[in-house]
Amino acid sequence: MTKIRWSAAAVAALTLVLGFGTPPASAAGAHEGEQLYPVLTYRTGPYAPSGIPFLGGLQDYVRYVNEVQGGVNGVKIYTPECETAYSIERGIECYERFKHGYEGAPTAIFQPHSSGLDAALLDKAREDHVPVFGPGGGQAHAFEGRVFPYSFPLVLDYWSEASIVVKYIAERAGGLDKLKGVKIATLYHDSGYGRDTIEPLKILSEKYGFVDIQIPVPHPGEQQQTQWQQIKQANADWVFLRGWGVMNPVAIKTAARVGFPVDHIIGDIWSGSEDDTRPAGGVAKGYLAVSVFPPGTNYKILQEIKKYVIDTGKSDLKDTSKFGSVYYNFGVIEGILAVEAFRTGQAKFGHRPLNTEEGRWALEHLDLAPDRIEQIGATGLVSPIKVTWLDHVGGSSAKIQQWTGTEWKPLTDWIDGDRALFHDVLEQKALDYAKEKGIAPRTNEDALIN
Amino acid sequence: MSSTTLSAPATAALPRTARRALAVVLGLAVLLLPAFADEYWLNSILIPTIVMGLAGIGLNLLMGYAGLVSLGSAAFMSIGAFSAYNLLLRTPWLPLPLALIVAGLIAAVAGLLFGLPSLRIKGFYLAASTLGAQFFFEWLFTNFAWFSNHSLTLTISAPRLEIFGIDLRPAPGRYLLVVATTALLYWLAANIVRSRIGRDLMALRDMDKAAAVIGIPVASRKLLAYAISSFYAGVAGALFAFAYLGTSDAHSFDLDKSFEVLFIVLIGGSASLFGNFLGAAFIVLTPIFLTRLVELLGLSAVFDNGFLINLEHVLFGLTIVVLLIREPDGLAQMLRAIRARWAAWPLRA
Amino acid sequence: MQYFLTILLSGLLAGVMYAMVAIGFVLIYKASGVFNFAQGSMVLFAALTFVTLTEHGVPFWAAFLATVAVMIAGAVIIERLVLRPLADRSPLTLFMATLGLSFVIEGLAQLLMGTDVHQLDLGIDDLPLDIAGLQLSQFDLFASAVAIGLVVVLSVVFDRTRIGIALRAVADDVLAAQSIGIRLPVIWRIVWSVSGVVALIAGLLWGARQGVQFSLTMIVLKAMPVLIIGGFSSIAGAIVGGLLVGATESLADIYIGPLVNGAVSNWFAYILAVGFLLIRPSGLFGDRTIERV
Repeated sequence: MTKIRWSAAAVAALTLVLGFGTPPASAAGAHEGEQLYPVLTYRTGPYAPSGIPFLGGLQDYVRYVNEVQGGVNGVKIYTPECETAYSIERGIECYERFKHGYEGAPTAIFQPHSSGLDAALLDKAREDHVPVFGPGGGQAHAFEGRVFPYSFPLVLDYWSEASIVVKYIAERAGGLDKLKGVKIATLYHDSGYGRDTIEPLKILSEKYGFVDIQIPVPHPGEQQQTQWQQIKQANADWVFLRGWGVMNPVAIKTAARVGFPVDHIIGDIWSGSEDDTRPAGGVAKGYLAVSVFPPGTNYKILQEIKKYVIDTGKSDLKDTSKFGSVYYNFGVIEGILAVEAFRTGQAKFGHRPLNTEEGRWALEHLDLAPDRIEQIGATGLVSPIKVTWLDHVGGSSAKIQQWTGTEWKPLTDWIDGDRALFHDVLEQKALDYAKEKGIAPRTNEDALIN
Repeated sequence: MSSTTLSAPATAALPRTARRALAVVLGLAVLLLPAFADEYWLNSILIPTIVMGLAGIGLNLLMGYAGLVSLGSAAFMSIGAFSAYNLLLRTPWLPLPLALIVAGLIAAVAGLLFGLPSLRIKGFYLAASTLGAQFFFEWLFTNFAWFSNHSLTLTISAPRLEIFGIDLRPAPGRYLLVVATTALLYWLAANIVRSRIGRDLMALRDMDKAAAVIGIPVASRKLLAYAISSFYAGVAGALFAFAYLGTSDAHSFDLDKSFEVLFIVLIGGSASLFGNFLGAAFIVLTPIFLTRLVELLGLSAVFDNGFLINLEHVLFGLTIVVLLIREPDGLAQMLRAIRARWAAWPLRA
Repeated sequence: MQYFLTILLSGLLAGVMYAMVAIGFVLIYKASGVFNFAQGSMVLFAALTFVTLTEHGVPFWAAFLATVAVMIAGAVIIERLVLRPLADRSPLTLFMATLGLSFVIEGLAQLLMGTDVHQLDLGIDDLPLDIAGLQLSQFDLFASAVAIGLVVVLSVVFDRTRIGIALRAVADDVLAAQSIGIRLPVIWRIVWSVSGVVALIAGLLWGARQGVQFSLTMIVLKAMPVLIIGGFSSIAGAIVGGLLVGATESLADIYIGPLVNGAVSNWFAYILAVGFLLIRPSGLFGDRTIERV
C-alpha cells in the first residue's frame, strides 16, 4: 500500500506541476506601465564564471537607471530573469515566455545572450516581429537590415574582429605593406563560432599577403599540446586565439610550454577576461586580447554605479570584487545600449513602454554619438555607433588590451574594423539567405513607411 | 525490467466500449487543444513533450523491448534533422510527410551501422561504444558546411513546412503535425511490439541464448531493432528541429539530449510506450515547475539568483534519484497502480 | 621524425592525464558494477573544496586531508542514500542514478563554493625542458610520476591487504563474498572513498593545468574511450588505454585532421575504441567474464 500512497503523492505533485507549469502570462498586470527587458541568464554550467559578472553589470546598471534616474523618462524597466545554462532549448522556452510581454509589461527588444540562441531565433523572431539584439557575437551577415529587419548584431561581429586583429598586427609590423610573408595562425574553437573567422581571414590574407594558418581545437579544449606543436612547427609569428571558456587558459599555458611568446597571442573578445588569464598564472603576463568591453572602474558611469548600487549593498554581485571586470563592464555596456534604444523609441512614440515594432524602429534609429556617450558618462567604455535600417551593426571598433599579470590595460584606442572589405561578400550571403527562405528584401519605401 | 508488459488486469477493469469511448474523447481533446491552449503552452510544453516522447519510444523499442543499450539517441535525431533539412531543400518536389519518412530511413541506416558492435558485445561496453555515434555526428555536422547548406552559423531551419499547400508554421499547425506524426508512429510501434518482431525482441532481451535455440535470427533481429529505433529517433529529431526549435545545429543534439532521452525511458517506464510521454512531460515540466516553486515560496527575496538556480539543479538531480529508487518501473507503472486502485474503489484491490 | 616523436610524446603524456580520471571509474566499477558518471562531478567537487580551503589560508597538506575527509563523508552518504536502496537494480538504472547524482554534486559544489574560476598552483613549473632534442614539460613528468605512484599504491593495497582481498572477492563473486561474511556496504564505502581521493588527485593535476572550474566535469568524456580500450575493471588497463588514446588522438589530429576538415580527437578515440572492441570484446586487460555474444 505504501506504493499506492507514494504514487498518489507523485500524481499530486504532477498536478501541481501542471498547475504551475504555465507562466503567469501577460494577463496579470503586476508590472503594468513598465518596460519589459527580459534577462536571459547563465548563472550555472560551464559559462557561469563569465555569466555572473556580466549579469551583475547589466542588473546593476538597470537598477541605477530605475532608482537614481527614475527610469527612462519615468518609465521603469522590469528585468525578470530566465536561466538557460547556455542551452538553446531552455533559451527558446524563455523566449516564448517573454516575447509577448510578461506580467503586464510589454517586450520591446530581446537579447539572447548566446551566439547559438541568436542563430536559432533568426527565423522565429522575424516571424514574431521581435527584434533580437545581440551585442558582440551576432551573425555577420545579419547586418543587412533589408533581409534581417529583426536582427541587430550591434557593436562587433567576428569578421570585423578579424580585420581589427590584422590591422593591429600590421601596426606592429610597421604598416599594412609589411604584412607580406608574416605568418598568422588562428587557433579556433571547433564550432560555428570558431569557424566564423576562416573566411574573412582568407579574404584578408589574399589582400595583404600574410600566411593564413588555421588550426582547430576540439571542444572543450582541455588539451592543446598537439595544436601548439603545429604552431611551433609552422613557425607562426602571431596567434589569433579564438577560444571559449577553458580553452583560453589552457592555450596560454600550453603556449608557454612550447615556448611561444605570450605577447604575440591576441585573444578574441571571448578570450580576454580575467577568468581567461588568471588560471594560467604568471605565464599569462603580456597576453593581448581584442576588447569591446574595456575593463576598469575609471569611467564616470561606473563611479555612479559604485556610489548608488555597489556601496549601498544593492548590487546583484555577491562578490563585488568583480565590479569593473571585463564581463561586468560588458553587462553595463549592454544595459546602456538597451536603455538608449528605449530612449530613442520614446522620443518618437512618447514616454511609455514600447512594443516590439517600436523596439525595432528604436534600434534602427539608435545613434550613439560621442557627445551622447559623454553625457552618459561612458566615454572610452562604449564606442560610438549609428544604426540605420540598412546597417544593423552600426559601426565596429575595438581596442587591443594587455594583461599585466593582475589586470587588463587598454593598449590602443578604438580601432575600426574594415567592414567595407567584407561588405559585398556578406551582402551576397544575406541575399542568398533571403532567396533560400523566400524573403523579399525590404525596399527604401518599406523603410520610410516604418 | 520485464514484468512491466503485464498490464492486462488493470486495463481489463474497464469494459471494451468504455475504453473506446475514452480513446475517442481523448483523441478529440488532443486535436482540439490548439483552440484552447495559448501559444506558450503549445510551443514550450506540449510540442517538446510529444516530440521527446516520440524519441523516447525510439529508444524504448531498443532498450525496453530488445534489451540493447544506446547512449547516442541524439546522434540519430540529428541525422533525421539534417536529412530532412537537406531533403526539403534539395528535392523541392518531395512532400513533407515523405521527406520525414526518408529522413527517418536515413537515420535507420546509420543506426544499423552503429548497431553492428552489438553483434559482438553487450552491456556497458556496448553503451559506451554508442557514444562514438554521438560524437562522430556532432563533429560531422559541424565540420562539413554542406549539411547546413553553407549557412554561416552552421544552423539549419525549416525551408518549408506545409502539407497540401497548408502552411504549418504557426504554433497550432506545428502542433498538429507533431500530434499526427506521433499518433501514426505510436500505432505502428504498438503493432511492432505485438507482432512477431516484437515478441522476438523481447525473447532476445530476456534470454538471448534461449532465443537463438528456438530459432530466432539473433543478429538480424538486433540490427533491425537498431534500425527501427533510429528511424523513430530520426523522425523525432526532424520534428524537434523544425516543429519545436525552428532552428537547430549539431549542438542541439548533444550528449545531454541523449541522456534526456534515456531519462525519459527510465522515468517513464521501460517497455511501455505510453510511459515515454509521461517521462517526457516530467523532463519538460520539472525545471519549469521548480522555477515556479522557488518563486511561490518567496525564496527569491532571501537568496540571490545564482543560489536559486543551483538549488534547482540539486532538486532536479534528487528528484531523479528518488524516482529511480521509489518507482523502479517508472511512471507508467505508477499510472497502472492508480488505475487498478480506481477500478476497485472504494474497496482495495 | 623529430616532429613525429614530439607529437607522440605529448600525446602519451596527455594520455596519462586521461588515465588519472579513468582509474576512478575502474575502482568503482570493479567493486560494485556501477558505471559512475558522477566521477567528473566528484573531480570538480574535490578540486573546488581544496582550492577554497587553500584560498582561505589553509596549508596544502591540511587542505588535502580535509578534502579527503569530505570525499569520504560524501562516499558514506552516497552509499547509504543512493546505492543501498538501488542495490539489486539494473546497471543502467544505477548509471542513471549516478547521472542524477552528478546534478546534485555539481549544484552543491557551486552552491557552496561559487562558480568562479580558481587558479591552482602546485608549485611545479609548466615550462619546457629540452631532453635529447625532445621538449618535455616538468609538469607532465610530475603528473606521470603521480600516476605511476598511484597505480603502485593501489595495486599494493588491493593485492596485499585484507580489504583488497575482500574487494577482489566481491569483484569475483558477490554472493560468495557475502556468504563468507564480507559486508558489501563497507566495501562500497571504501571504494567510493578511494575513488573520491583519486578524483581529488586528478582534479588537482587537471586544475593546475586549466584552472579549477566547471569544465573539469567534462573530462569524464575523455575517460570513456580509455575505459573501453583498457577494460572497465583493470587499473593497468586504464593506464595503457590512456596512453593509447592520448597518442592516437594527437597523431590523428595532426595527420588525419587536415584531410577531413578539422580536429578529430573528440570522436576518433571512440571509433578506435569500437574497432578495438570488435576485435577484442573484453578490452585489453578486462576480465574474461565480460558479457560477449
